[in-house]
Amino acid sequence: MTVPTSSAPTLPGGLAAETAAPAARRPLRSRVGRGVVVALLIGFSIVFLYPFVWLVSASLKPRSDVFDNRLIPETVTFRNYVTVWQEAPMLLWLGNTLLVTVLAALAVTLSSAMVAWGFAYYRFRGRTLLFALVLGSMMLPGAVTMIPVFLIWNSLGQVDTLTPLWAGNLFGSAFYIFLLRQFFLGLPRELFEAAKIDGAGHWAMFWRIALPLCRPALVVTLLFEFQAAWTDLMRPLIYLRDSSHFTIPRGLKALVDQFGSGGEFRWEIIVTASVITTVPMIVLFFLGQRHFVAGIATGGTKG
Amino acid sequence: MLFLLPWLIGFLVFTAWPVVYTFYLSLTDYDVINDPAFVGLDNYRQVAQDSAARRAMSNTLYYTVIQVPLYVLVSLGLAMLLNQAGRASGFFRTVFFLPNMTPPVATGVLLLFLFYGQNGLVNEALGWVGIDGPNWTSDPRWVKPGLILMSLLSVGGSVIILLAALRNVPEELYDAARVDGAGFLRRTWSVTVPMISGSLLFVFIVNTIAALQSFTEAYTAFFGVGNTTYRNDAAEFYVIHVFRQAFEFLQMGYASALAWVLFVVIMIITAFQLLVSRRLVFYQGDQ
Repeated sequence: MTVPTSSAPTLPGGLAAETAAPAARRPLRSRVGRGVVVALLIGFSIVFLYPFVWLVSASLKPRSDVFDNRLIPETVTFRNYVTVWQEAPMLLWLGNTLLVTVLAALAVTLSSAMVAWGFAYYRFRGRTLLFALVLGSMMLPGAVTMIPVFLIWNSLGQVDTLTPLWAGNLFGSAFYIFLLRQFFLGLPRELFEAAKIDGAGHWAMFWRIALPLCRPALVVTLLFEFQAAWTDLMRPLIYLRDSSHFTIPRGLKALVDQFGSGGEFRWEIIVTASVITTVPMIVLFFLGQRHFVAGIATGGTKG
Repeated sequence: MLFLLPWLIGFLVFTAWPVVYTFYLSLTDYDVINDPAFVGLDNYRQVAQDSAARRAMSNTLYYTVIQVPLYVLVSLGLAMLLNQAGRASGFFRTVFFLPNMTPPVATGVLLLFLFYGQNGLVNEALGWVGIDGPNWTSDPRWVKPGLILMSLLSVGGSVIILLAALRNVPEELYDAARVDGAGFLRRTWSVTVPMISGSLLFVFIVNTIAALQSFTEAYTAFFGVGNTTYRNDAAEFYVIHVFRQAFEFLQMGYASALAWVLFVVIMIITAFQLLVSRRLVFYQGDQ
């Protein structure tokens, strides 16, 4: 039900709106068209949001009603949340995830900004070639590097610790380098010439002038990486062994294995853990939206 | 120059060396415990003969060939709707983007619930219109269609990119087309699509590369310890196969060969798309 209706109704709807009236009566036609557009948008919104509303609703139902597909639970209970907390070290998993996520986001933002600044401001031989390498490495499938990278962390004795999940970020990441470089290129060069005359060193120019000016882009980088680190499953699957080290997606997968298809069929636990895994990302999104706006606003007044 | 140092180190240690070392490993037998033993091209021969590898590749290509065009089409449809929505477009854009925030693990879990054969939401909805829905999660023929449909919930990012492109199409072009008597379909095909073809190409290529590397949703739903309920051959995508060979069976040499094959396949497909696009994509200001 989610998709078969996806693009098909768009075209007939649009068509009807367009052919309904000749060009001379544009106001009426566009009002009808607007109505059709809004109706379609509301329809798609329901399709997009319903699964998540269903999930939250299911997590509030008693075990016997979880799959009754009612939108409003007949009886609301928080029992599943208590059970999840008893069956799995949710708080520990959330803590691990938060630690990894914060370190990953900070590390990648700082290092990528440094590299991006190097590419944007300084002119040196081989710059074009090196930057092409940055862009090229974005295309590289992760499967090609994952085994040697595992061997590196293994030889450093870091398997079954949280380190491999974030420490690689200390060396920057191609996509963010590209993004931040674009932003740095937009800063007027005279600003830095003036700073140089005032005696600012290389690091001061970067840290005191360039970085504060591109705060909106830094926020975007932080948010993107926060999401990427929070939701990652493959690396935790590769590196984490003991369940006390799990991140929340790895923990959710373990719950699926234990309580789901594995045999116990206590799906209400999985439903509830899914909600707990997802909610922080929804919160981040709404926090982020405000930050995007604030970032653009401050950038506008300062620039 | 010191500013580039972090990336330079990272590139050499975590990208350049691993690419070369994976290739070396692909010519060996390696189980992490014993030293790699050189076996020449044996692993590549095995990739060609292994029915599991071939099935994983065909699963992945099946998924990619259907999912990517559908994904781009749905993104474009929603972006065009949003472009007409005026002041409400901000609200609806948020709504369409929200599923994008869902961790892929949770999406995989959600897939099991929504597409469950007996009383899943999808089949219940199909029931309202008199369709007896298939067993999406256990019938091998329906596993991939289920995964494809589920993936369409995360079109939000592409919608935002395409919406930005649509906003840059000059209104005069549509007015001129209307004067010439072009209907909606004609205007879409002859004005909209060419004017945003650069962004369409970008969305197309990025999603192709992502689809060829699908892992998390299918792995969460159909693989893992103790999974005895679901038939999962149909959901074993190529990267899942590589991952299991490497980290479940510790066949690092064989997995490296698999990874290199994937690398080459992705390069060929991307190069092909870029080549074709050169004839089809129109960049504004390019003439």
